[in-house]
Amino acid sequence: MTTLPTHTEKKLGLVIDLDTCVGCHACVVSCKGWNTENYGAPLSDQDAYGANPSGTFLNRVHSYEVQPEAGPAQLIHFPKSCLHCDDAPCVTVCPTGASYKRVEDGIVLVNEADCIGCGLCAWACPYGARELDQQEGVMKKCTLCVDRIYNENLPEEDRQPACVRTCPAGARHFGDLGDENSDVSKLVAERGGVDLMPEQGTKPVNKYLPPRLKDDYTNTGDIDILAPLLEPVAPDAKGILGWLDKALEKL
Amino acid sequence: MGFNQPVVDTSPKVSDEVRKTTCYMCACRCGINVHMKEGKVAYIEGNKDHPVNQGVLCAKGSAGIMQVNAPSRLRAPMKRVGERGSGEFEEITWEEAYDIAVSKLKPIRDEDPSKLAFFTGRDQSQSFTSLWAQGFGTPNYAAHGGFCSVNMAAAGIYTMGGAFWEFGQPDWDHTKMLMIFGVAEDHDSNPIKMGLGKIKARGAKVVGVNPIRSGYNAVADEWVGITPGTDGLFILSMLHCLIKAGKIDLDYLSQFTNAPVLLDETDGSAEEGLFLKDKDGKALVIDRNTGKLAPFDGKGVYPDLAGTHRKAGVTHRTVFHHMIERYMSEEYAPEAVAERCGISAKRIRKLAAELADVAFNQAIELDRPWTDFRGKKHDKMVGRPVSFHSMRGISAHANGFQTCRALHVLQIMLGSVETPGGMRFKPPYPKPATAHPKPHCKVTPGAALDGPHLGFTHGPDDLCLREDGTAARIDKAFTWENPMSSHGMMHMVISNAHAGDPYKIDTLFMYMANMSWNSSMNTSGVIEMLTDKDEDGNYVIPNIIYSDAYSSEMVAYSDLILPDTTYLERHDCISLLDRPICEADAVADAIRWPVVEPDRDVKGFQSALCDLGARLGLPGFVNEDGSQKYEDYADYITNHIRRPGVGPLAGWRVGEDGLQGGRGDVNEAQLDAYIENGGFWMEHVPEDAAYYKPFNMGYQDWAVKMGFFDAVQPYIFQLYVEPMRKFQLAAEGHGERQPPEHLRERIKHTLDPLPIWYSNEPENLADQYPVTALTQRPMAMYHSWGSQNAWLRQIHGHNPLYVPTKIWEENSFEEGDWAKVVSPHGEIVVPVAHMAALNDNTVWTWNAIGKRKGAWALEENAPETTKGFLLNHLIHELLPANGDGMRWANSDPITGQAAWFDLKVRIEKSDVAGQTLPDFAPQKSPVGKGPKDLAWKLGK
Amino acid sequence: MHPAPSIILFTVLSGLGFGLMIFLGLGMPSPTGLSAFIWFAIAYILAVGGIISSTFHLGNPKNILKSFSQWRTSWLSREGCLAVATLLVMGVYGAALVFLNMRIPLLGYVGSALALATVYGTSMIYAQLKTVPRWNHPTTSVMFIAYAVSGGALLAGQVSLAVWFLPAAALLQLFIFLTADGRFGAAGSTIASATQLGNIGSVRQFEPPHTGSNYLMKEMIHVVGRKHALKLQIISVVLLFTPVLLLLLPFSHALALVAVLAHVAGVIVARWLFFAQAEHVVGLYYDKR
Ligand SMILES: Nc1nc2c(c(=O)[nH]1)N[C@H]1C(S)=C(S)[C@@H](COP(=O)(O)OP(=O)(O)OC[C@H]3O[C@@H](n4cnc5c(=O)[nH]c(N)nc54)[C@H](O)[C@@H]3O)O[C@H]1N2
Ligand SMILES: Nc1nc2c(c(=O)[nH]1)N[C@H]1C(S)=C(S)[C@@H](COP(=O)(O)OP(=O)(O)OC[C@H]3O[C@@H](n4cnc5c(=O)[nH]c(N)nc54)[C@H](O)[C@@H]3O)O[C@H]1N2
Ligand code: SF4
Ligand code: SF4
Ligand code: SF4
Ligand code: SF4
Ligand code: SF4
Ligand SMILES: [Mo]
Repeated sequence: MTTLPTHTEKKLGLVIDLDTCVGCHACVVSCKGWNTENYGAPLSDQDAYGANPSGTFLNRVHSYEVQPEAGPAQLIHFPKSCLHCDDAPCVTVCPTGASYKRVEDGIVLVNEADCIGCGLCAWACPYGARELDQQEGVMKKCTLCVDRIYNENLPEEDRQPACVRTCPAGARHFGDLGDENSDVSKLVAERGGVDLMPEQGTKPVNKYLPPRLKDDYTNTGDIDILAPLLEPVAPDAKGILGWLDKALEKL
Repeated sequence: MGFNQPVVDTSPKVSDEVRKTTCYMCACRCGINVHMKEGKVAYIEGNKDHPVNQGVLCAKGSAGIMQVNAPSRLRAPMKRVGERGSGEFEEITWEEAYDIAVSKLKPIRDEDPSKLAFFTGRDQSQSFTSLWAQGFGTPNYAAHGGFCSVNMAAAGIYTMGGAFWEFGQPDWDHTKMLMIFGVAEDHDSNPIKMGLGKIKARGAKVVGVNPIRSGYNAVADEWVGITPGTDGLFILSMLHCLIKAGKIDLDYLSQFTNAPVLLDETDGSAEEGLFLKDKDGKALVIDRNTGKLAPFDGKGVYPDLAGTHRKAGVTHRTVFHHMIERYMSEEYAPEAVAERCGISAKRIRKLAAELADVAFNQAIELDRPWTDFRGKKHDKMVGRPVSFHSMRGISAHANGFQTCRALHVLQIMLGSVETPGGMRFKPPYPKPATAHPKPHCKVTPGAALDGPHLGFTHGPDDLCLREDGTAARIDKAFTWENPMSSHGMMHMVISNAHAGDPYKIDTLFMYMANMSWNSSMNTSGVIEMLTDKDEDGNYVIPNIIYSDAYSSEMVAYSDLILPDTTYLERHDCISLLDRPICEADAVADAIRWPVVEPDRDVKGFQSALCDLGARLGLPGFVNEDGSQKYEDYADYITNHIRRPGVGPLAGWRVGEDGLQGGRGDVNEAQLDAYIENGGFWMEHVPEDAAYYKPFNMGYQDWAVKMGFFDAVQPYIFQLYVEPMRKFQLAAEGHGERQPPEHLRERIKHTLDPLPIWYSNEPENLADQYPVTALTQRPMAMYHSWGSQNAWLRQIHGHNPLYVPTKIWEENSFEEGDWAKVVSPHGEIVVPVAHMAALNDNTVWTWNAIGKRKGAWALEENAPETTKGFLLNHLIHELLPANGDGMRWANSDPITGQAAWFDLKVRIEKSDVAGQTLPDFAPQKSPVGKGPKDLAWKLGK
Repeated sequence: MHPAPSIILFTVLSGLGFGLMIFLGLGMPSPTGLSAFIWFAIAYILAVGGIISSTFHLGNPKNILKSFSQWRTSWLSREGCLAVATLLVMGVYGAALVFLNMRIPLLGYVGSALALATVYGTSMIYAQLKTVPRWNHPTTSVMFIAYAVSGGALLAGQVSLAVWFLPAAALLQLFIFLTADGRFGAAGSTIASATQLGNIGSVRQFEPPHTGSNYLMKEMIHVVGRKHALKLQIISVVLLFTPVLLLLLPFSHALALVAVLAHVAGVIVARWLFFAQAEHVVGLYYDKR
């Protein structure tokens, strides 16, 4: 239903740790695998073995280079899927009601049976989280693995999104961001989690944990706090042997 | 409006059945749950119980479904009908294939088995394939280790009895500071990422030492963008600072290393620099308790680091004395190395100080009493929580062995090997070099080789030389050119065989190695060697038999193809006898089993070897009555016995009181037990045996019980590697076996028993080619395998050359530009891209993305062929001629490790663009082309 | 944004069709019988043709009826409803003219209003998108309406009105060309806000997520060279002014036809630029605009 619910019981979403993501694309492919075989139409690929391969993915990992004013450039791997926005413009633009936000958990879904493949929702999404499947002609997007997280055919510990379950570095966290006391909310509070493009007013549920301060030495300028640790015990090899005798006595 | 949203089935059936096996989208060997629908593979996820991956799975692993169904899969045995390289084949039956193979191999075996060269790429069944080769009787067998990371392996084993490479890992749970040198991905793909995640979550510090800041180095808290090839200098400089400040673990060095061992200092003698030994051959130390000479491992002995001993008027001093003398030298002072390494002196000091701080001020203690091999009881385990990890970035250089050694020495000086928070071995390691076999090369027509091919040399006597002093092996491993080449030198096989140096061979038999493409240096040259003919019009390398599972570039250059199954269609065993799946806290091995049956006329290569071995009557492959011993690989895995009680798999063996892990008799139902348990077997290392393993009797006893070795074998770390000194002594003129004149100086210089650093730049003409060109493993691709995978090739379908800001600006490059890259050996034209987080004098690209047209069932204009490229065309297996016109191998002079990363180039803007060069004529695809579109879904 | 021909045709043709209907509804002109049939046929062919063309952009047109359901929030849905309502009302109004020779003024006014609303609805499909700052501006609706009204007046033969409307539309277009470039920047989304990495330093893309292309890049990232765009802008403005000059000349059918063609061509070029020059904020993630 195109109207956004005024309130959702939960705000399920992902917290992505940019300090830890190594950019391995594991989440990208496990997402492709799960969602090809599950919810809705398979995620198809065009020209799969040819000159211009292209296909539908619900999660993609970008990488950026950031040049600080001082110190070396940094590289940040940046996974991105649907952020399950509270004020999801993709939902309200949808003419058919195929796009909707679930009342019970806030997941934004596409009901493929209703979708006309007009693409307007993809236009409305600032984050590039929606891709129109070229084979099926319907809009695909991250389902937050709605068919895993409640799935009674899966063991309890597997009831989490495929991408979270697979992430080798543990850079992806899943939970209820509407509940202040959830692990994910605490993590966001602790690490200063942020919204992407807040100026778009979409109020994303997913949060990003910014990279921690890197290359600290370049910023502090002075690295001599540790210098006493390297205070020579002797100026030369001979001296060291003298020191050694004394040091060994103490052992 | 009421909120009536559609009803979603949130509990759909996931699959009909889950079959658990082991991934082989790379060599990491993660456990996988293969979800089946209608008897077909529907979805693959990680196995949560598995020791390696604990449920996680990488991009490649998740894309397995695209590999098992890849259009490039070979379908039946084939014989070549066109010219080599054309890709023209005819499908034949297995009977015919075996007949052809036997007709080539039988006569060679009867006459001269060394005419067969059997080399197996990234083989995970080396204990089996080597048995076959040994039975055949050829000395010419090895896997890929020589071109991969033998420096890492050999340096680790000679120094510490174990290596980072597959057999060691940081103590992820306790470490407070991790320094990673030259790692982009590693074989331990998932465990490293899991470990990094763990220590990041704890807020521990990660330092990445790498010219390129991507992947692991991108998440590192601090990046050291070192100049390639200079790590040894950087490490030794940190060591210099630490020694000078007395920030080394004297207690640990005294007890657990050969630092207190006395060296013979009798000038000019044949023993100079060897250990002083007692009459049982035990290295001697001065016992601090008595002040007297004592064997290093004597009960109650406390070796004196500062000991000296006067004999025959000469004062003999400890290894430690020598180390201090060497590393206190100002040539290792930070100021002296800073410029070369591209790291400021201040920064080197800061990093050394940090190591000292964490190791000594933040030491940890575990309340775990243990007893060492001298009988001394320790009431706790002291940990120095600095850890290191490293891979090809330091090993794939011609100074790599010494650099790896330097790193290990640094670790040991800090007391952080096998201590909590440091680096830990995975069973069946630790195991000293002396507990490994030595290489064997005695050929007897019609009979087996006299022992295992590969091993560890401990002096000139162990070299594989023939009577006349020439190399016994086709790859010239274990010769004066590279005396400690423990893994053989696969990268030299084709060029040596083509040159007939040291001799001509008849048949090249290979398995799972794309030697006509990304795994060879000098790819274009190799292609010529493989297709070169003699005056009579016969191929210079007469026969090539190859087993691949897919339509790779190498297939086109083979005469007979034995098509393998994919990894989900066969039995495999990941055995304690070669490269098991152990973790530091657990011993474990695993299997693969056919979770789907092949739908083509293909056969597991190992099963084919069982058939072929029987047809050739190889010992070990036939029963007494001459009948075939192992019906197939599964039969071998279950029934083969290596040593009493020890077989390929250690789980569920028959013991006195039923089934047991470790030693035991054959269990006919062993594979079923594995399948039932998720495809693997695991037993935890006892708590009191978890650290200090080489010296810890708790561990030693347990290791014997499990069958890793037959008697306890505690040892001390070899800061000083005596075998190297033996080679030096020979070069100095001592002993019977003497190196050729032209190698004397090099051996004297490079085989230093204490780590040194030397530059590789002059040999690579760095004055004319000032930029180092590197490759990195992309995490989402495995060498050449991934390109046939419809999902993975969208992520890495072509590869630019990444250029640092300085070179980018110097050449006024712009996005979309192409460049000409020239090395002393050749020239390529490639697309370029800008990267700022990169060492100023380094360019790099992703490894093995470039493909030959027509391979892998891709369209001929696939981006892999038009915009993808290999650096390999620029790298020669020989260095440019030096002063006296000699061309030395582009390998480490100690181990023969291929020096991929010594490549020096020049770069300039190119006016030609749009197609990477060199561009080869397409090969004909023996399997056709893949379908246009895919929409993969079972149970629709 | 990808300048898809189906959508360009949709907006241009339906704009003209509904524009013509605005005047027909107002009774300017007010034909009857066969001549009414021809006038209305032209309007319907344009409007319906445009709508049909738009369905070529749909991945899954079989569900099209569903698209009328979400008029509460969706401009696309509203536009659809309005279009259908317009066609129905104008249908009755037109049928009365054709078959009964009867003009029902009230129905005509309602029809005109609906046609105008439809064009506004079309414009809002684009103007509502915050993600495309170039569109997310009142001038977008004004421009759609200006084209509908001026094109409609031209088609309806309302020369006296057209000579005012046409230059107004052309000037408006010129104004948009001159001012719209700055909107993306003014909207405030940057690669730094997109990645939230700006506080560390300046951000650029290192590697795209896939070397292969994807739907997003094909759909949202379309780069037109500055020079090329300028050329097209000039062409479009010239074409848009051309009918004005032609209308000032003595009337002839041939000239009128040329005027209409020039106008339509001008609108098509402008509309092509409307899409091709529009930058979607998702491009920021690809470091492309
Ligand atoms: N420039 C440059 N070159 C390098 C390196 C580098 O860093 N830079 N690295 C080097 C290193 S370390 C390595 S290990 C090599 C790796 O190079 P290769 O060992 O050649 O690796 P692959 O390209 O994966 O080729 C292995 C072959 O095995 C086949 N194969 C895959 N699965 C199966 C199977 O189940 N059965 C059989 N029988 N065959 C199978 C594949 O189709 C492929 O043809 O590359 C080396 N080359
Ligand atoms: N996904 C994936 N995983 C793989 C493979 C694969 O193809 N794909 N291949 C497997 C194989 S066969 C191997 S051997 C391993 C190899 O695993 P790695 O050892 O991680 O191998 P490379 O990717 O070659 O990375 C070498 C790294 O060393 C850096 N380097 C180069 N020269 C220097 C130097 O002088 N100093 C320092 N400090 N760094 C340097 C490079 O920048 C690069 O980051 O990976 C295995 N795992
Ligand atoms: S990220 Fe995009 S697709 Fe997802 S809810 Fe927000 S606007 Fe919609
Ligand atoms: S593409 Fe489908 S989901 Fe998206 S707006 Fe159109 S109808 Fe709605
Ligand atoms: S939550 Fe599920 S659908 Fe969404 S990105 Fe992760 S795996 Fe894909
Ligand atoms: S799986 Fe995890 S580490 Fe890998 S790219 Fe995705 S989020 Fe990053
Ligand atoms: S690291 Fe990836 S490809 Fe390698 S075995 Fe594990 S899951 Fe498979
Ligand atoms: Mo390797």
